[in-house]
Amino acid sequence: MVSLCSFISYYWEEEKRMNYFPDEVLEHVFDFVTSSRDRNALSQVCKSWYRIESSSRQKVFIGNCYAISPERVIERFPALKSIALKGKPHFADFNLVPHEWGGFVYPWIEAFARNRVGLEELRLKRMVVSDDSLELLSRSFANFKSLVLVSCEGFTTDGLAAIAANCRCLRELDLQENEVEDHRGHWLSCFHDSHTSLVSLNFACLKGDINLGVLERLVARSPNLRSLRLNRAVPFDTLQKILMQSPNLVDLGVGSYVHDPDSETYDKLVTAIEKCKSVRSLSGFLDVAPHCLPAFHSICPNLTSLNLSYAPGIQGGELTKLIRHCRKLQRLWILDCIGDKGLEVVASTCKDLQELRVFPSDPYIGHAAVTEEGLVAISSGCPKLHSILYFCQQMTNAALITVAKNCPNFIRFRLCILDPTKPDAVTQQPLDEGFGAIVHSCRGLRRLSLTGLLTDQVFLYIGMYAEQLEMLSIAFAGDSDKGMQYVLNGCKRLRKLEIRDSPFGNGALLMDVGKYEAMRSLWMSSCEVTLGGCKTLAKKMPRLNVEIMNENEQTDFIFDDAQKVDKMYLYRTLAGQRKDAPDFVWTL
Amino acid sequence: MSPEIGTHQLESDTAGDMNFKETELTLALPGESRTLKEMNGGTIGTKRGFLETVDLNLGSPRADCSDKDRNESENDVLTAAKPPAAKAQVVGWPPVRDYRKNAMKSCKYVKVAVDGAPYLRKVNLEMYNSYEQLLSALEDMFSCFTIRNYLNERKMVNGVENVPTYEDKDGDWMMLGDVPWKMFVESCKRLRLMKSSEANGLAPRTPSKCSSTSG
Repeated sequence: MVSLCSFISYYWEEEKRMNYFPDEVLEHVFDFVTSSRDRNALSQVCKSWYRIESSSRQKVFIGNCYAISPERVIERFPALKSIALKGKPHFADFNLVPHEWGGFVYPWIEAFARNRVGLEELRLKRMVVSDDSLELLSRSFANFKSLVLVSCEGFTTDGLAAIAANCRCLRELDLQENEVEDHRGHWLSCFHDSHTSLVSLNFACLKGDINLGVLERLVARSPNLRSLRLNRAVPFDTLQKILMQSPNLVDLGVGSYVHDPDSETYDKLVTAIEKCKSVRSLSGFLDVAPHCLPAFHSICPNLTSLNLSYAPGIQGGELTKLIRHCRKLQRLWILDCIGDKGLEVVASTCKDLQELRVFPSDPYIGHAAVTEEGLVAISSGCPKLHSILYFCQQMTNAALITVAKNCPNFIRFRLCILDPTKPDAVTQQPLDEGFGAIVHSCRGLRRLSLTGLLTDQVFLYIGMYAEQLEMLSIAFAGDSDKGMQYVLNGCKRLRKLEIRDSPFGNGALLMDVGKYEAMRSLWMSSCEVTLGGCKTLAKKMPRLNVEIMNENEQTDFIFDDAQKVDKMYLYRTLAGQRKDAPDFVWTL
Repeated sequence: MSPEIGTHQLESDTAGDMNFKETELTLALPGESRTLKEMNGGTIGTKRGFLETVDLNLGSPRADCSDKDRNESENDVLTAAKPPAAKAQVVGWPPVRDYRKNAMKSCKYVKVAVDGAPYLRKVNLEMYNSYEQLLSALEDMFSCFTIRNYLNERKMVNGVENVPTYEDKDGDWMMLGDVPWKMFVESCKRLRLMKSSEANGLAPRTPSKCSSTSG
């Protein structure tokens, strides 16, 4: 970005001297600028740059599918080949958004098809994807190469069958954590015998059985396969055969091997794994006989990414034994049953660690097996750490202050204490000072999630110090409107703010209504804002969609401005009120 | 049920009322934490609604972390003896995706506590097809203890005998072998190999009943 700015200022100087600067030259230069943000910046320099940039941009990112219409996107970016779309707000992950809220991809695919967009890549997050959408997608774009679906729903394996059968150029089919209705595995057979272009196949989230012979043959005819993530239904001996066919794999997601294999199969697996010298990323292990883990020790020294967050069967000793082999890890996703002691092993082994996620192994029971001690150990052993998601039993200000000192490079800091209003476990004070230290020390912080006993004070700190903050998640925190006001006032780069169960009301909501046009979205649920406050906001800001969600069908709700709003989601948009909102969503 | 109820019982009753009220209201009712607070007399400020709406076993602070590991098995066995207070779960907490929750759930891992052993283990009940398989796996795991197996001859080594019991969905402690295997897998929350002397309170099974429970 620094070189981009110097290029822009150089250009301003040059333009004064030059009369003519060919479009093709600019376009060629712009080719080197790939991130959406940088290209957005380019397009704002002057009209001709806008024109050239827009006509040449191939990759588009739309953070909110309701912020703009597909037609408008197509019009502006005629060279569009690759698009990423996000649908539901983040809190939909936690069942706070009613099920039928929206986020349908069909209108987008239909518009692309109708306008003959040369679509090659589609990446969707938190969207509703019907089988019809997948069918239409598969038939409409001859060069379609890559489909990535993250946390989506609404489709079945029939839709996948259409993709497999019709997308002859498909290189990538990546299904991450989707809710897929499994009609039992013939979809894999739909890849033609002549389909040899697969590079990446991830079906770990599918629950049903698949035809193992079909899978083996598919892998055998895919010489470019580099990423393969299997589901539960793929057992040990199939894994071994697959690995023999694909020694060049870079990313491997293991299926299940429930029963201890006989020693012959085990030995074959060890041999096959030893051949996979390129594997850098390992995941899976949904069902595992722990005695089999040592088979993977030979690839551990090469791993940069390890995801064991779906493997509750790997405990204590086996887990730490595995981790001790992983000296090059940069990314680790793990369950809290690793414990504080296990995190100490991580801290002493994984000196290159950049991203850590520790998930609760008992999300229903609400008891986590790690505390502030594990976090402190990690921070002191892993100075390169920049992203953390940490579910824990308790926290202290002292620990957070230490962590802030050890790791000033945090970009993402998400802490989740399972009891969300728990104070400092030692002093019983609010955790304001601890989080204050984090934002004060980590000047590059872009994303922050807070839990624990928190007063308005922590928001004062955030407003004062978190200059780069883009996304903030608040739950059960704060005392008054002032808390939210500090944030809205101070965080100039804020894009997404999501708040639940906190005492922020109209005073905060209406303090700076113009701010919301500089943000992507605001979510507030179980707060103190009233219908009247939301109406006032909607009236002042016509380019925001202010959606109120009410599942109770209370008709007098509409007339009582003093009524507190249960769920409000507002977002800036150029597309006006959406037409696909269900009955319980009311756009003011 | 547990003797130390006092407040627990009260909490259970109120929580029970909460649950009833919850089913009266529609799904994922926003602001339910407020409603529940009102029911509790609104003693605590708005934002503290979480505490009233959740099982009070949550997050009981253990100030002494260093003893945590040692105490864990004890505490678990103790809490195991209490029936869980009826949980009025707060919607969307903890913030874990359904996908992840479901993936873990279907693993059906349950903790196994053995009286006298200083550590807990976990077993995946889905890995076994019968009580026999489960018990023999447990014996492997806790090889210095013996497990009284009602399905076979009683085994005794060193005069120590353990009775396999489990806590079901309703919080009751039952002997293994009571119900058909699949039903057991469905309802089992945790296992405990109890010393025979403590198992007296649980009704013994008759061999004829056991034969219907294998497989």
